[in-house]
Amino acid sequence: MDPKQKALLEHFQARIDAEEKIEPKDWMPDEYRKTLIRQISQHAHSEIVGMLPEGNWIGRAPSLRRKVALLAKVQDEAGHGLYLYGAAETLGADREDLIDELHQGKAKYSSIFNYPTLSWADIGAIGWLVDGAAIMNQVMLTRTSYGPYARAMVRICKEESFHQRQGYEILLALCRGTEAQKNMAQDALNRWWWPSLMMFGPSDKDSSHTEQSMKWKIKRKTNDELRQQFVDVTVPQADFLGITVPDPGLKWNEETGHYDFGEINWDEFWQVVKGNGPCNEQRMKARIKAHEEGAWVREAAMAYAEKRRKRKEREEAVRVA
Amino acid sequence: MTQQQAHFEYLLRLGDNALILGHRLSEWCGHGPVLEQDIAMTNISLDQVGQARSILAHAGAVEGKGRNEDNLAYLRDVWAYRNVLLVEQPNEDFAFTMVRQFLFDAFNFYLHEELKSSKDDQLRAIAEKSLKEIAYHLRFSSEWVIRLGDGTEESHRKMQHALNSLWTYTGELTTPDEVDKRMQEAGIGADLGRIQSLYDEKVAAILQEATLEQPPVKYMQSGGKNGKMHTEYLGYILAEMQFVQRAYPGMEW
Ligand SMILES: [Fe+2]
Ligand SMILES: [Fe+2]
Ligand SMILES: [Fe+2]
Repeated sequence: MDPKQKALLEHFQARIDAEEKIEPKDWMPDEYRKTLIRQISQHAHSEIVGMLPEGNWIGRAPSLRRKVALLAKVQDEAGHGLYLYGAAETLGADREDLIDELHQGKAKYSSIFNYPTLSWADIGAIGWLVDGAAIMNQVMLTRTSYGPYARAMVRICKEESFHQRQGYEILLALCRGTEAQKNMAQDALNRWWWPSLMMFGPSDKDSSHTEQSMKWKIKRKTNDELRQQFVDVTVPQADFLGITVPDPGLKWNEETGHYDFGEINWDEFWQVVKGNGPCNEQRMKARIKAHEEGAWVREAAMAYAEKRRKRKEREEAVRVA
Repeated sequence: MTQQQAHFEYLLRLGDNALILGHRLSEWCGHGPVLEQDIAMTNISLDQVGQARSILAHAGAVEGKGRNEDNLAYLRDVWAYRNVLLVEQPNEDFAFTMVRQFLFDAFNFYLHEELKSSKDDQLRAIAEKSLKEIAYHLRFSSEWVIRLGDGTEESHRKMQHALNSLWTYTGELTTPDEVDKRMQEAGIGADLGRIQSLYDEKVAAILQEATLEQPPVKYMQSGGKNGKMHTEYLGYILAEMQFVQRAYPGMEW
């Protein structure tokens, strides 16, 4: 490495170590930029693909109050996506390119959204568990070293915790309701529990990005630490609902002060990542369809804007003449 | 029909229009042509379902049989719904959706301008609040009609096609029937005759700016707002919307 490059790197790391935020115009290592673009765009894609499983139930929400709340929630996720694409663009990425990468299967999104929503209780379970797991990760990210990303997270976290409470409240209504409703809630927990634990990513010993990301303070906690934190917070909430976490290995450990829990099915995890989850194909198909069928709208909007601009120029020219 | 029944019917029309169109628009959520428009359409959907809740709750009170907003939304079948045919028409594509929205918003805007001075206090209060939202909806849909009508050749063709298809459902909006007349006489409802001319003017102006041709008036379909004959689409909307309430009757959600 040439000395100048080395000095830049050292200065950069010193700023990180001093808890300074890195801003778009600051010098940063290429690898830092790339890691952030990858992570932020993955996050943005997750918000957008995540609209699909919940969007399924807008039409079937069981009361008008729930319908409005779900609409607003899914709309919030769209807003998060927009905001995060914006954050990625501060690093020189282009939203259109990022979306193309998603559609070409080159970019990832959170695997959790490759699971189906089969009952109304799933909407509760997603809010409680999926938004809940996302918050664990995102609260950490409010202190991430890249300024625009950290600030996006502050705003997004507020809404995510609202989503989580709303989801929990849906389940609470079911668990305080009839037998059929409680069964519906239990079935949802059975299906969403393990995929939610998988949201934190591979175990630390198998995680390829963790070490460098920790050093750059993009991440501040490891996957396993966050996962443990999630289990510790969530299990008592399940107890309060009166439904059972589907893990025979789950047990409070006096010594560690944490819950012990069973082994995650990593084979399933990697299968879903590789595209073999129950809904990978449908999710991508829906996104690509929306994008392709929207092409004429985007083209027309641009053509119209161009026509207007020209018309205005002509009018100006006439006025000046 | 008693005065109370007419009043109830009138409110159902308003509530059902908002609910069904709000439901239709919500089908776009997550599937919009651009993220920004996805958000904007969901906004309108949210406004409309919100309006439906207020109106249907009020309708239930006027009816006096203890039905709340959810009973009315989830436990009536097709023949008891009172929305106009226009709003139950399917989304098809973004052109259909925007034309349908514009043709309805223009009517809805003048309707609510009138309802602002209704003698029904509750309705007047709801109309005042809704009017601000509806004014925004009308601006949004007008702009898109213009943008797509005067956009590319392809977008123009799609918009003209949507307009030709949907035109037949516009007659019902402003053609008064007995319920309309009685509510107007009672000072509760709007004067549809007045709205008719404002509506025609507005629609003609926007279509002209959009370089779209107003379709020739052939036959106007009706049967939505009096519930005599809805289109087949409404049944599918209700089958979806009411599924949980029908499958698990009498429960709290
Ligand atoms: Fe989100
Ligand atoms: Fe998120
Ligand atoms: Fe969320």
